[in-house]
Amino acid sequence: MDWPALWLSLQLGALTVVFLLPIAIVVGRWLAVTRIRGRSALEAATALPLVLPPTVLGFYLLVAFGQEGWAGELWRRLFGDSLVFTFEGLLLASLIVNIPFAVQPTQRAFEAIAPELREAAASCGMSWWRMFWRIELPLAWPGILTAMVLTFAHTLGEFGVVLMVGGNIPGETRTIAIAIYDRVQAFDDLGAARMSAVLLLISLVAIALSYGLTQRIGRRHG
Amino acid sequence: MADGGSNGGGLSLLLSQDAPIPINAALDVAPGEILALVGPSGSGKTTTLRAIAGLHQVAEGSIACGGDIWFDSATGMNRPTRDRRVGFVFQSYALFPHLTALQNVMEALGDRPASLRRGEARAYLARVHLDGLEDRRPATLSGGQQQRVAVARALARRPEVLLLDEPFSAVDRMTRHRLQRELAELRRDLSMPIILVTHDLEEAARLADRIAVIHHGALLQTGDVTEVMTRPKTPAVARLVGIRNIFAGTIDKDRDEAGHVMVTWRDHRLETTVGSGFAAGEQVSWCIPSDSVVIHRRDRPSRGERENPVYGDVAEMVRLGETTELVIQVGPRDAHPLHASIPTHVARRNRIAEGETIGVSLRADAIQVMRREVTAES
Repeated sequence: MDWPALWLSLQLGALTVVFLLPIAIVVGRWLAVTRIRGRSALEAATALPLVLPPTVLGFYLLVAFGQEGWAGELWRRLFGDSLVFTFEGLLLASLIVNIPFAVQPTQRAFEAIAPELREAAASCGMSWWRMFWRIELPLAWPGILTAMVLTFAHTLGEFGVVLMVGGNIPGETRTIAIAIYDRVQAFDDLGAARMSAVLLLISLVAIALSYGLTQRIGRRHG
Repeated sequence: MADGGSNGGGLSLLLSQDAPIPINAALDVAPGEILALVGPSGSGKTTTLRAIAGLHQVAEGSIACGGDIWFDSATGMNRPTRDRRVGFVFQSYALFPHLTALQNVMEALGDRPASLRRGEARAYLARVHLDGLEDRRPATLSGGQQQRVAVARALARRPEVLLLDEPFSAVDRMTRHRLQRELAELRRDLSMPIILVTHDLEEAARLADRIAVIHHGALLQTGDVTEVMTRPKTPAVARLVGIRNIFAGTIDKDRDEAGHVMVTWRDHRLETTVGSGFAAGEQVSWCIPSDSVVIHRRDRPSRGERENPVYGDVAEMVRLGETTELVIQVGPRDAHPLHASIPTHVARRNRIAEGETIGVSLRADAIQVMRREVTAES
């Protein structure tokens, strides 16, 4: 059992969720209510990582993150470090890959809020912020929670992009999914099976937790 | 608990827009007055209400309430909804589903000191007879109870105008009558102008002081409830208030002794109590509510039969509980028939049946004469 790889994956998943949460809420809510012309194009853009083969996405990210890439260059200037084959680069890639998983359920959740609830909030004299905190966020919460669980679970299982951008550096970029692949390559079927079982368990717990919570909130709202 | 807001100023509005639906309305509602905005679906009732609340912006016009200007297209003034003191009861109630009844009401008390909100919200709920249900979420309340929470929340805003958008449409008939009675009681303590949007004339007649008939976004007639229902100014209003007897006629050259105009209709010369405004020979429309068409008794003719007597065949007879609706063919077969609603016991006593010829009187004081409309039926 490659504990450091599991720990790295959990860290990567948690950090991806933490960074994507506010982005998803801002972008998802905006997409839910905006009526600007290019809305569908923007929605399509956020869904792109969903349909691109991970290796293709990974390749573009590798190019952008590399020594000659604009992102890599910028990162080096800011932090004096490389983006490829580092945990930071892996995290950045993970954020980009998970945009659709985080944004789409969040957007749907905000879209599901009846427009007259916002209008009722306004006629109650609520400020925009109060309406957001007291009405919109609690009502959208089940969807946001689903988004976060999906993002987390998807990060644990991501393989192609991780391999392209992060490589396979123990303790730095070797995630559990890579470690499993590694074990299989080394004919260590038992190791691979153990790690797969752990990953399966974690994914199951995460999904069950999300469904349970969503249902409980749903019951409360009636 | 003060009703606040009401500082003597009523609501006055002037709205005009071409799209998305045309609106052309001018209204004044006095403090404490209930004005019913009546019209068919899509007539612009709700849009007018939303414009007052600031949820919809019309192209041109002005809205002033309680002495403050809320909207003025000339100066570009447009107060956001949250800065207008409106109590809005939505058709769907729009209660916050994740909050309890009490919390729903408390959300409208955001401008009150935090320590007072809970107590005040309780008082508002008690006022709509919801004490004991404070901690229930909307989904666990009945339709009538939800409506009351919505009313309590609207009042808790201490509004300068109370806007009710079809507030009784989503409940059953029994509950509707009870809620209407409650609103009638509640309004005695309310001193802000109240606008009730409804398509139900009976409801308007029960609750409102004045009604305004709106159609295709235009206010056709505003006035006392009975006045509008019995003295519509145009055939369009007559149709909208449910009058089915609308006919074309000609102003007779003679008048009666009191100077009232007489109308020639088909072979008849009808007396009216309408005094002026029409010239001899003028083509007009006239109407009469179907309950002002009085049938002649068979057994004992009375003096009333001399009042605009008309004879025809009963083409259709439909019993609707206490009243019976008659469709009477007067004159040629293809002519627009006369509708009469009479008490069922009267129909029974006179043994009225389809196919029979009967005599009816058109009550002169119930005949309304209107300027001719191109589409009026002959």
